Amino acid sequence: MTDNAPITEDELHAYVDGALPADRLAAVEAYLSVNPEEAARIAAWRSQAARIREHFGAVADEPIPERLRIENIAVRASGIRRKVAIAAAIAFLIGGTAGWLGRDLSGLGNERQIALALADAAIAAHRLYIAEVRHPIEVRAEEEHLLRWLSRKVGSPLKAPDLASEGLKLLGGRLLPGVRGPTALFMYEGAGGERVTITCVRATSEGETGFRWRQAGEIGALAWIDGGIAFVVAGPSERERLDRVARLVYAAYEESSPARR
Amino acid sequence: MGALTFAMELDMTSVRRGLEPLIPALRRFARALARNSEAADDLVQDTLVRALRAEHLFHGGDLRTWLFTILLNLDRNRRRGLSRRPVLAVIEDVDPAAAPASDGSGRDIERGLALLPAEQREVLLLVTLEGLSYREAAEIQGVPIGTVMSRLSRARSALRAHLEGEMPQLRRVQ
Repeated sequence: MTDNAPITEDELHAYVDGALPADRLAAVEAYLSVNPEEAARIAAWRSQAARIREHFGAVADEPIPERLRIENIAVRASGIRRKVAIAAAIAFLIGGTAGWLGRDLSGLGNERQIALALADAAIAAHRLYIAEVRHPIEVRAEEEHLLRWLSRKVGSPLKAPDLASEGLKLLGGRLLPGVRGPTALFMYEGAGGERVTITCVRATSEGETGFRWRQAGEIGALAWIDGGIAFVVAGPSERERLDRVARLVYAAYEESSPARR
Repeated sequence: MGALTFAMELDMTSVRRGLEPLIPALRRFARALARNSEAADDLVQDTLVRALRAEHLFHGGDLRTWLFTILLNLDRNRRRGLSRRPVLAVIEDVDPAAAPASDGSGRDIERGLALLPAEQREVLLLVTLEGLSYREAAEIQGVPIGTVMSRLSRARSALRAHLEGEMPQLRRVQ
């Protein structure tokens, strides 16, 4: 029997919260019966709890407001409100691919799935930053440390290929957190104000993939892995143009490939 | 609707079913934390969005505990975001005419809760309102059970003092 052990403060709480082991019940009750001050304390705690439950309990019986229904949460989370869309995009970029990549890397996956997962993350980032009027980038193209900085962060020599033949001008770049490591985003802008991004992250796999096409609404993306870097080109979903852009990027990196490989 | 919706579809399948029945309790808990019902439902909404987005981070375990953890983190962010008014300014929000010292309604319990330090209020509500175990409360707050017990103890004495008219918290402002 543990009956004779002294009553602790924790046991008094457990008594009020119905968490006291049965074999201590009698001891606590005996203690309270001879300690009126303690009994008053316990009564006060019980009454607090009752009042809290009484005051807030009914909230759980109210009908659930429309905006808190799961279906509506899903719609909202997918970007109806920009603020949430941004939070969601960041969450997706940071965490969203983790599940995929976690699964990918656990053996189910292959380069193709990795490329597609990265494409989705890149599309989310693309969506997020092309909408930015004032701060689409962190470092402007004119600043000469742009490439040096992003290359160092990503851990691989990066380039910002000349896409003038596609009417695209480099605005600059920014660094993004990504589950696969620091991710560089280069943003280009065309004459019509359309924006195209190139995201680059180090690939753990040395494998290569062909271009994988991904479309999400009006945004299209081509993803591939080559030479230890995963690339995603995202922009307005004109497949042909993005194909040409992707080939320009591919070619720019190939130029230096003898040194790399 | 794009990459996000695509991800949502993946995320929702498994956790979604589990979330729905927990919404009433989340609302109740949020209401007690935030007092203002709009702010409380905002908190629940953000919690649900976060949960759906981060489903893959949920590796088994108790869904309810996980949701309360998210909700409390968001609530801390929310409070940090509020203007840095002293905590006791909350008292001024209560119309004294509408709030007799003890009217038997919930107003004094609300006020009493509002005067507690956040981590004490959280423990007290998790345990008394939501019926969570001490272990679950400890998990949610990311502290040892001993810390939960001492927070609970302090919360109960302070609330008792408040409800019995001693209002020791008020001395601090004077």
